[in-house]
Amino acid sequence: MGAGNCDYDAIVVGGGIVGCACAYYLSHSFKRVLVVEPGPVGGGSTAAGMGHIVVMDDSPAQFALTHMSQQLWSGLFPQMSPGCEVRPTGTVWVASDAEEFSHVEDKQRFYAEHGVEAEVLDAKSLHQAEPNLHASMVGGLRVPGDSVIYPMTAAGWLLDEAKKNGAELRQGKCVARLDGRSVELGDGTVLEADFVVNAAGGHAPELTPGLPIEPRKGHLVITDRYPGFVHHQLIELGYLKSAHEMSHESVAFNAQPRATGQVLLGSSRQFVGWDSKIDRRLVSKMIDRAALYIPAIRDLHCIRIWIGFRATTPDSLPLIGAMPEDPTLLIAAGHEGLGISTSLATGRLIADIATGAQSSIDPTPYAPVRKAHG
Amino acid sequence: MANPITIRIDGKAMLVNAGTSAAAAILNSGVSGVRRSVSGEPRGPVCGMGVCYECRATIDGVLHQRSCMVTCTDGMEISTDD
Amino acid sequence: MTEATRFDVLIVGAGPAGLAAASAAAASGASVGIVDENGIPGGQIHRASGGKANPEVRVQLLELGKKGVKIVCGTTVIDAPSAGVIVGLGQLGVTRFEYQKLILAVGARELFLPFPGWTLPNVMGVGGLQALVKAGLDVRGKKIVVAGSGPLLIAVGAYLKQHGATVMAIAEQASMSRLAKFTLTLAKYPSKLKQGATLMCGIGRLIQHEAWVEHADGIDKLESVKLNKLPGRIQCDYLACAFGFVPNLELPSLLECQISNGLVKVDEWQTTSLEGVFCAGEPTGIGGIELSAVEGKIAGFAATGQIDRARALFGERQRWRVFAQELDKAFSHRKELKSLASPETVVCRCEDVKACDLSKWESARAAKLHTRCGMGPCQGRICGPATRFLYGWEHGAVRPPLVPTSLSGLESDDPTSCNQIN
Repeated sequence: MGAGNCDYDAIVVGGGIVGCACAYYLSHSFKRVLVVEPGPVGGGSTAAGMGHIVVMDDSPAQFALTHMSQQLWSGLFPQMSPGCEVRPTGTVWVASDAEEFSHVEDKQRFYAEHGVEAEVLDAKSLHQAEPNLHASMVGGLRVPGDSVIYPMTAAGWLLDEAKKNGAELRQGKCVARLDGRSVELGDGTVLEADFVVNAAGGHAPELTPGLPIEPRKGHLVITDRYPGFVHHQLIELGYLKSAHEMSHESVAFNAQPRATGQVLLGSSRQFVGWDSKIDRRLVSKMIDRAALYIPAIRDLHCIRIWIGFRATTPDSLPLIGAMPEDPTLLIAAGHEGLGISTSLATGRLIADIATGAQSSIDPTPYAPVRKAHG
Repeated sequence: MANPITIRIDGKAMLVNAGTSAAAAILNSGVSGVRRSVSGEPRGPVCGMGVCYECRATIDGVLHQRSCMVTCTDGMEISTDD
Repeated sequence: MTEATRFDVLIVGAGPAGLAAASAAAASGASVGIVDENGIPGGQIHRASGGKANPEVRVQLLELGKKGVKIVCGTTVIDAPSAGVIVGLGQLGVTRFEYQKLILAVGARELFLPFPGWTLPNVMGVGGLQALVKAGLDVRGKKIVVAGSGPLLIAVGAYLKQHGATVMAIAEQASMSRLAKFTLTLAKYPSKLKQGATLMCGIGRLIQHEAWVEHADGIDKLESVKLNKLPGRIQCDYLACAFGFVPNLELPSLLECQISNGLVKVDEWQTTSLEGVFCAGEPTGIGGIELSAVEGKIAGFAATGQIDRARALFGERQRWRVFAQELDKAFSHRKELKSLASPETVVCRCEDVKACDLSKWESARAAKLHTRCGMGPCQGRICGPATRFLYGWEHGAVRPPLVPTSLSGLESDDPTSCNQIN
């Protein structure tokens, strides 16, 4: 496959987890795959991610992508290096009142119908599963198939696997311009390929103007080591609302036990462009919210606070697919808070387009230029 | 001892001079490894001024206290990692 | 969070620079406050002993008390969220300080360079071991090796001997010839010469030059030390080892004061690149007590408009700056120190990251993200200067909190924050 006189079969612009996943799957079918990344591999939004592999039910398209991706991750977990810190913690969605609990039952039904194991927890079993949750928590949904990984190392691992199949990395190189057949580096070098993948996350619109992607800032807090403080990734049911409502700012409780015993706490969302300063007021709000769910979290020591930018689209679904007017220009960006989770499905879908294979899920909802909804 | 107070280190009672830091008290009791590193190595106080975090112990039930920055009080309970 | 505590002049640090700055500033009648993280003022060099302030410090504190200077001890600055505001963390929680003028007198900490065995219990810093003895560590009858670099080695060697320890050796990495030159320049500083001579009594013979620790050994704790200059291992109970000082740049960085060559840039009035923010003492250049004190005075006078009094001290400051430069030259680090660590030597102590895992990365950030080096509770204070020395890595922007802080300390008492679930 691929014309002999091109430099590469495919060039992936962006060495975050999405770019690395694209390179991984492309390298199964193509010998000459290049990844171009200006900074450390996985050093952008990937490094700021929580590393939660989760199946989401907020829309059929989101479910299809996250479910497919989770199955792909499960297939890779046994091979991944220890540094990827794969842990099958599972998720517990927490209901704080009767109304939220009724949604829990709906969720469980949806997952069950679609082959995802999910268990409704009443108040007693919820507190047995997570003793540090506030006594007033009414119940929850436990999804044991969800996992936690260390995003940066996972991205690196995917790229290393791709390299075993012949893929290359050009690191420390900026990209000035790209189209479906060529990539021009900052130093003027022009590289040609049969396919070009724009996996530049929040920076994707700089290279393909008009892509509806905005940076959405999030804060994360990590604590000192408190092994056993929480056992599952804990998310409040209001999280989905926070993610979907494109309001100026919101917080939602989201806590994760890391392999180290540290507790990783999120989440906040703001549209403030690329302002990377810590917003103390919003961090405080985030902690206040977390304390409603886990009062004892207030006593844990915070070692660091950092921010990341989620590449966000208006409908919260990523852009995965070919540009209509430039069919060999493939977009793989805009994954909001699910980049780590859905990177593998994205990579698979991109590789399917490049090889002409039929994808196992319908890729239409992720088309970079969305068809107008009726 | 000018001004003795009683503290307990890993359950064992000992007399220390008021004004002694928890770190100094631990070392005086014969314990050199105050904590275990993330890979299990024994570690003790290094900088003596609160920047290295190697002297952390549980003091009066609170985890991750820098023992070199804490002055012993009468009845203080100190637990090391071992 | 308690009510804001307001001062005309807020000084961070109650060491020689901070106390001098407070005295100078208070002379103007301005309201002056000092915040310091130790329980008793004095900083590092004048650290309290046995729960009592150093005698020199006691005198200063009396004077400052008469001038109405308020000292808030046991409080660490964790954030500078906006202009005119500093947030401190103490025993009782978080305090918000408001100020018109800020003087940063945040001092320095020891430079630790990794070598095989440096993580064994009972291997401490030089000032570190002294601080522990001042806090009650009993070293009577203990065998101690002192190593590293700088005049502190001799000062602490003498101190340990005074406190009943047997000092086995003092391993100074600087060469005899460099130190001889330095001693000659000391002739211009009679007080220092006298100080030096007094300290040398009884321990001068223990000093090895161009000497360093090749490895420290023991199971579960230190048992012996091998110096390059001496055959065989030296059995000992403690090793005090550090290679001079590095400035505490965290708060100046958070404030975004201009920093060049690892020092806070100040003008002749000790003003940083930020208007109304001054810096005095070690963060502007490691130079010891006298330089810190005169810089502190200048900053205190300048911050309160006492311009003539500030200017009158420029000559004295210059004298001590020259001394500081001579000190720096004399004790500069030899290249062998870069190869002390073996590939298996832990460099980041918080996360147990070894030298062999670090040398392959091109930047501090890449190393951090891949190995967690610098992500532990010390927030890179120990491994940062070491990796800067070993690999030339520069370190990135500083974020709050400046020290690990309980999450409750990061909460505000903003009534509009969402304190109910809806």
